[in-house]
Amino acid sequence: MYKYDGYDKKIVLERVQQFRGQTQRYFDGKLAPEEFLPLRLQNGLYVQRHAPMLRVAIPYGMLSATQLRTLGDLARTYDKGYVHFTTRQNVQFNWPDLKVVPDMLEKLAEVEMHAIQTSGNCIRNTTTDQFAGVIADEVVDPRPYCEIIRQWSTFHPEFAYLPRKFKIAVNASPSTDRAAVQVHDIGLEMVRNENGELGYRVFVGGGLGRTPIVGEVIREFLPELDLLTYLEAIVRVYNRYGRRDNKYKARIKILVKALGIEAYREKVEQEWEHFKEGESKLTPEAIARVKSFFNDPAYDILENNPAEFVARQTEQKAFANWVLRNVNTHKKPGYAIVTLTLKKTGVAPGNVTEQQLDLIADLADRFSFGEVRIAHTQNVILADVKQSDLFDLWQIAKEAGFATPNLGMLTDIICCPGGDYCALANAKSIPIAEQIQRKFDDLDYLYDLGEIELNISGCMNACGHHHVGNIGILGVDKKGEEFYQVSLGGNSGKQAAIGKILGPSFAQDDMADVIEKIVHVFVENRTEEESFIDTYQRVGMTPFKERVYGKAH
Amino acid sequence: MAKLIKDKAIIENSWTTLAADFEGELPAGSVIVPLTYWQNNREALVARGNVAVWLDSDQAPEELQGDLDSLVMIAINFPKFADGRGYSYARLLRERFHFKGELRAIGDVLQDQLFYMSRVGFNAFEVRADRSPEEALEGLNDFSDVYQAACDQPTPLFIRRAG
Ligand code: SF4
Repeated sequence: MYKYDGYDKKIVLERVQQFRGQTQRYFDGKLAPEEFLPLRLQNGLYVQRHAPMLRVAIPYGMLSATQLRTLGDLARTYDKGYVHFTTRQNVQFNWPDLKVVPDMLEKLAEVEMHAIQTSGNCIRNTTTDQFAGVIADEVVDPRPYCEIIRQWSTFHPEFAYLPRKFKIAVNASPSTDRAAVQVHDIGLEMVRNENGELGYRVFVGGGLGRTPIVGEVIREFLPELDLLTYLEAIVRVYNRYGRRDNKYKARIKILVKALGIEAYREKVEQEWEHFKEGESKLTPEAIARVKSFFNDPAYDILENNPAEFVARQTEQKAFANWVLRNVNTHKKPGYAIVTLTLKKTGVAPGNVTEQQLDLIADLADRFSFGEVRIAHTQNVILADVKQSDLFDLWQIAKEAGFATPNLGMLTDIICCPGGDYCALANAKSIPIAEQIQRKFDDLDYLYDLGEIELNISGCMNACGHHHVGNIGILGVDKKGEEFYQVSLGGNSGKQAAIGKILGPSFAQDDMADVIEKIVHVFVENRTEEESFIDTYQRVGMTPFKERVYGKAH
Repeated sequence: MAKLIKDKAIIENSWTTLAADFEGELPAGSVIVPLTYWQNNREALVARGNVAVWLDSDQAPEELQGDLDSLVMIAINFPKFADGRGYSYARLLRERFHFKGELRAIGDVLQDQLFYMSRVGFNAFEVRADRSPEEALEGLNDFSDVYQAACDQPTPLFIRRAG
């Protein structure tokens, strides 16, 4: 994991001091609320329905046990005893008092964490694959590149007041895209060219929100060392020409659509030509320095599938189920990647109490070199667990409610905080998740259904990524009442696609029944090897529509 | 006379900024003229000497590319501090067009933006009239080190770390 040196420490601490001063000037009336607003946003501080909300960055999803314990402490001392993991590798405190936020930031800085640029019209936290560095099929570990982007984008003087927020994601797995790079402002896919040289396929102009668009390729191959200069060219063109008159048309995707990808590419290449060989071009030494923080931990030499591990699975079906669903293959023999699901029915997806944070920290220390990752699916990953430890880990995790073996299943719902917490919401989202989880509580049935991604957002801002859910649910306001629109066919992976709206929206109480009908259509139509998305793509929208709304429509 | 920050010091502002639609006789003294006025009255202005032009946030710095030798100052207007186009303009004027004169931020210019503005090449700041330039001056010192290269620091930290 990356460790701060003197420079990083100083910069983050100076930020805390700066924000302390800004908060003081705000309370002294020397900073108008509308002037304080973007400053606090660039420090992750929203004013929400109930209280301020502080969003803290988890750079590319990595957290140490020490950091987890600090989050737990902060939740205990300054908040109501729990935090919320978001869909963008951030963690949120929902109730802190504005006055104590500088103190919280100072405590975070002590463990090398910050809230810099977690909101506002600037470059946000860079996200990546939660399995980075531990899967066999990756071109390269993407995390050092994310850290390089983090440093470049932190307090970038030219890009602090962009037309709108700006999100970058990196993926390095050729088979799967767990970082959903094609629905980001810039998506980077790490690739090798025909000469075996490392670089990036660069996507631009993807995004969710009001106008969901899958990104387009602006460059098939960008050499490794050209990363920052090329990003700088893309963002400069956006900063100059992106719309500023209408915030719903201000994202880069609108500019790319308006100009067309060829014209956008041309502008970027022209811009880049001026400084591609300049001082900001990366060097092999600079990359090597950052990479040195992501070397493998001290793995033991082990065999796959130790006898006891195999025996336990035969003895206990529940354990075997969990291994099947929530454990992924590790690049090292004898190790495994474990996903602790925070998706227990009745608990808001992504919410974790301070006791649970401490427990996860303990599990990380005991089983996984003291580190965890947070996924955009709002789950926690122990990336380096010995297979021989899995049974012990499972027992503890089960007890703690982290072992619902539903990873990737219909009930592993991605869900934004919605109307229970968020001031922008049209409708609640958490009760919908709960309703669906209660309806589909039979694990065998869930396994039989296979992988279905169901995502819920409480409004158009799409924090719950509903557009790219195989089944998407969006909260809408119908004459002051909370209704829900359903879309089908979304996909966040390599075959990125935006879901299509099924039809008129539904009342809250009907949602679980609607989802059940959709699932029935799938079950009746699927062939043996098809997953939900395959069947949908083959049979199309009509059978689903007919079942849900009745043939008369 | 109003004050401004220039080269990290507070000084009297001896310049008058003329409105975007200014026409007719120039007032006495030093004036910062809008882009269109400059384009329409180049020769007279050059003859008068001491020429300064201001760009609005939707006026590209390329418009002045051929004129830089005639100008002692370019001001860039921030109609709202959240309109960040001026940051790119300033950097282009310094890094690409090598403008060496005064680069002044005018308009909605506030303490919390000064650090970034100084990094992209501004060396003078007309802080918004209702704010104290003395207090705003502190904003220039918010950070003592930076990650990226810009006009104030041509070498990114990743190179300096290695050295
Ligand atoms: S999608 Fe809307 S309701 Fe949900 S968290 Fe985002 S802004 Fe709030």
